[in-house]
Amino acid sequence: MLITCPYCGPRDVIEFTYQGDGNRERPQPASQDLDAWNAYVYDRLNLAGDHNEIWQHSGGCRAHLRVVRNTLTHEISSVAFTRGDHKVAARHKAEGKI
Amino acid sequence: MSPRRTDAGGRIDRLRTIRFTFDGAPCTGHAGDTLASALLANGVTLFGRSFKYHRPRGVLTSGVEEPNALVTVLRGEVREPNIAATMVEIYDGLTAVSQNRFPSLAWDVSAANQLGGKLLSAGFYYKTFMGPAIGPLKSTRFWMLCEHFIRRAAGLGRAGIAADTARYERMNAFCDVLVVGSGPAGLMAARAAADQGARVILSELEPHLGGSANWSGETIDGMPGADWAARAAGQLEGYDNVRLLPRTTVWGYYDGNVLAALERVTDHKEKPGKGEPRHRYWTIRAKSVVLATGSLERPLVFPGNDRPGVMLAHAAERYANEYGVLPGHRIALFTNNDSAYRSALALKKAGAAIVAIVDVRPELSSEMRELGDEAEAKILFGHAVVATEGGKALSGIKVQRFDMVNGALAGEARSIQADCLLMSGGWSPTIHLASQAGAKAEWNAARQAFLPPKPTQQSPTQRWPTQRWIGAGAFTGSFSTAEAIAEGRAAGLSAAGGTGTPAALPVVEAAPGDPDPAPVFEIRADGKSFVDFQHDVTAEDVRLAHREGFVSVEHLKRYTTLGMATDQGKSSNIPGLAIMAEALGKPIPEVGTTRFRPPFSAVSIGSLAAERFGDLRPERLTPMHDWHVANGATMYSAGLWYRPMIYGHPGETIEQAYVREARATRESAGIVDVSTLGKIAVQGPDAAEFLDRVYTNMFSTLAVGKARYGLMLREDGLAFDDGTTWRLGEQDFLMTTTTANAGKVMQHLEYFLDVIWPELKVHVTSVTDEWAGAAIGGPKARAILAACVTGTAVDNATLPFMGIVHGKISGVPVMICRLSFSGEMAFEVYSGAGYAAHVWEALIEAGKPFGLVTYGLEALGTLRIEKGHVTGAEIDGRTTARDLHLDWMLSRKKPFIGSAMMDREGPIAPGRLELVGLVSLDNQPLNGGAHIVEALDEANPHDSIGHITACCYSPALGRYIALALVKDGKARRGTRAHISDPLRNRFGPVEIVSNHFFDPDGSRMHG
Repeated sequence: MLITCPYCGPRDVIEFTYQGDGNRERPQPASQDLDAWNAYVYDRLNLAGDHNEIWQHSGGCRAHLRVVRNTLTHEISSVAFTRGDHKVAARHKAEGKI
Repeated sequence: MSPRRTDAGGRIDRLRTIRFTFDGAPCTGHAGDTLASALLANGVTLFGRSFKYHRPRGVLTSGVEEPNALVTVLRGEVREPNIAATMVEIYDGLTAVSQNRFPSLAWDVSAANQLGGKLLSAGFYYKTFMGPAIGPLKSTRFWMLCEHFIRRAAGLGRAGIAADTARYERMNAFCDVLVVGSGPAGLMAARAAADQGARVILSELEPHLGGSANWSGETIDGMPGADWAARAAGQLEGYDNVRLLPRTTVWGYYDGNVLAALERVTDHKEKPGKGEPRHRYWTIRAKSVVLATGSLERPLVFPGNDRPGVMLAHAAERYANEYGVLPGHRIALFTNNDSAYRSALALKKAGAAIVAIVDVRPELSSEMRELGDEAEAKILFGHAVVATEGGKALSGIKVQRFDMVNGALAGEARSIQADCLLMSGGWSPTIHLASQAGAKAEWNAARQAFLPPKPTQQSPTQRWPTQRWIGAGAFTGSFSTAEAIAEGRAAGLSAAGGTGTPAALPVVEAAPGDPDPAPVFEIRADGKSFVDFQHDVTAEDVRLAHREGFVSVEHLKRYTTLGMATDQGKSSNIPGLAIMAEALGKPIPEVGTTRFRPPFSAVSIGSLAAERFGDLRPERLTPMHDWHVANGATMYSAGLWYRPMIYGHPGETIEQAYVREARATRESAGIVDVSTLGKIAVQGPDAAEFLDRVYTNMFSTLAVGKARYGLMLREDGLAFDDGTTWRLGEQDFLMTTTTANAGKVMQHLEYFLDVIWPELKVHVTSVTDEWAGAAIGGPKARAILAACVTGTAVDNATLPFMGIVHGKISGVPVMICRLSFSGEMAFEVYSGAGYAAHVWEALIEAGKPFGLVTYGLEALGTLRIEKGHVTGAEIDGRTTARDLHLDWMLSRKKPFIGSAMMDREGPIAPGRLELVGLVSLDNQPLNGGAHIVEALDEANPHDSIGHITACCYSPALGRYIALALVKDGKARRGTRAHISDPLRNRFGPVEIVSNHFFDPDGSRMHG
């Protein structure tokens, strides 16, 4: 499986660390709603199809990426920085490098 | 001259004699021989004993699918079991031994298992060893008792215990076209793709390229097939854009056209060349793949089909044509298809007598009659072999009239003398890789085989649209060489994206033959008829499984273990399926086939581990490493790091050494290398806010130039990691973590900054390798620093507890923080890693007049156990801050990671394991991992109330002590319990005390 890191380009999955289901919503830090916390900490979507996931390019630029991956085909339809576009990545994209 | 070697022919080098041993007996062969061909040439018929019944077995095949002739290859102390003799290239000094026999191959006591054949049917062990419902051997306990003996009697080769000293490598490769298989189809495909300018990799699991061209006896382009293949391979070698990988098995086909391959680099050599690995694990990323993996001949299922001397027809043909070895002098054949006639003729030409061709079909084509006549063979059409005779070698067969429509036998059985019987039950395309890639095989009734789907039938919406492969040759069910050549070229062109002008194809002169076999898989007659030779599964076992209700092919496999041996059923899957289909009264495609999974054939564990192991394994060394080694440290590995365990004096035990080091530290001063601690620079306008969220306690209130001990929880509220964080500036913190968790903490921080709180202006940088540290502690520590530090005072006013100062040691800038893990007045001295060895030596020099000792991890552990500090052994992913008595660190003024979840019902429930200290009351050492019990019952240990996490001899207390996690531990302080360690036979009384054994009010470190 290849993941196209917006900063580094297409890289083998071995360089990445799966950081979990990207659909989870963290409750407000001060929230005492244990059900919401429980859902956030323990519940995971287990979709057959396009899945919103967080991956870290731990063997590369170390950025966290929001990846939409089809769990049936391993097709990746989108990759983006969780923090939004980096300037360098935007420039690379404009220059057609990635 | 060996008895079975032909006078001429084959690609072996008859001028080069190779000497090797089999079961200790010296043997010879020629360069180019496999172990199987060389042993056959030496007249060996008996290669091994079967898995369950210990039946004598010969060699069935000539290739990777071999189920019978498995041997153990010895290299020095290293033994590699279960290697197919057909895949071992002989070299001078090769030492091979047979398997699963006792005391010897020829005379095996467990062969008596054959007499109990009816008993040892499918599921025998499950049914028989259930045990009584009550009593000491109830249910599975009886099985566990018997299993030990059963496993010894039934089995394959024995694995060695010596460490594997070979080197393994990994390699990544990229190409436009990967061609798997180098038969005529693969050679043509590689050439066609290469001519288009594509980057091509051609892999072949055998040592020589050419596949069937090497032994089929056909003429291609006016020359013998083997010569044509050699020429084609030679031409490919001249291409810059082609990489040839012989002895390389492509064993896995993964998503995105990533394929895994194993190259056996030096297995065929007496000694590896300089720097050569034994195996190389290739990860090949191919734009497109040509699968030219050929096909595998199937055995027929009939009584006695496993006797030594019974072999697949093409295998015998190959031994004769490629290795110059006749597997017998009087050869009979048994077939359901035309391909065996070519084999018969080849063996006749090589010098054997063909005594009979037994064909299940009622009538034959005139071409086959002519071939049979040319081989001077008696053709018995409408007949079947119903028995074989002989002991460790075949002496004859029995044949009977056979009606293939209803499977009925008729008439008297006739005996025919033969020393070799060749069988051919048709051919199965080697579709394993396509199946791994997600292709659904389709049953072809004419070919009586599962064929890969045609590329044109692949819809764009198939499940694995990224798998781009094209099939060619026998893999697609096109069994003739002429078809293989045409398909190979077309596949190569298409894979390279070319169209190409039609050019003349090489002309093939081959024996005629109909590729479609008769739909006959089994001859039902009295006696054991083997389906899976390696796991000793008979046709009757398959029917028994059906009678007992196992109707799905997946269940059938698990119950009978059909196809689950190391050969993965390469020769047995289709016959087994056919027999099951007949029992079910269903056509074969409705019974289905199981999906193939990687690996295609056995893969060495060493190649998968590759550089993570042995001399290629990465290691992390602190800047002081060489000093430690030069000064008598015994090093041990902690993750990738190496750290001093003790600096032993001559004649000292480990315990004596660490006790001396720890005692000297408490009496004068000790110094330890702490460079391995994780160090993370946390910087930015929101750094303090971020740390408040990450740690359970406050950091925004920390003054610049001060440090604080911090505790982190995980999101689920359990303890995660601890360490000190130093405030170097308003927006500049240096966080330290435990050595083991450095990477995890870094990733944790990055996750929260990137995903949860992207609005925080904080940057984290791992600086573990940039800073080196030495911790110096003890009553004389301050005096030692005062003697060597310049540019700052180190007195109590300038450097109070948890204070930080900047100065120089021997001209090198250092940062000194007064903090203590040992419980003594202690300082951590950090310097740039490049100068750290120099600083370390300066500190040692300055400490000499004060009796400074170096201490290792054992003494470090002793000092911290005496103080009751926690490490990873206690922060084990199951404990909470309260369990470790760190609740004083849980701020109530702010939320932090884990603050909501830590107050859930479970983590605050009574009965949790809590940190305590233990003192040995019998003055004997305690063991890490030992259980704590209230009442001692050595015979039947039960009711553990906890376990020991760390233990040592405490010089400060003069006792053996330990830290432990004990149920409701805090309330048990002052009571007695026992340790119970039946594995190490250590039982004894202990007293439960506070984890703070030594100096509980901290007067020593506060000074």
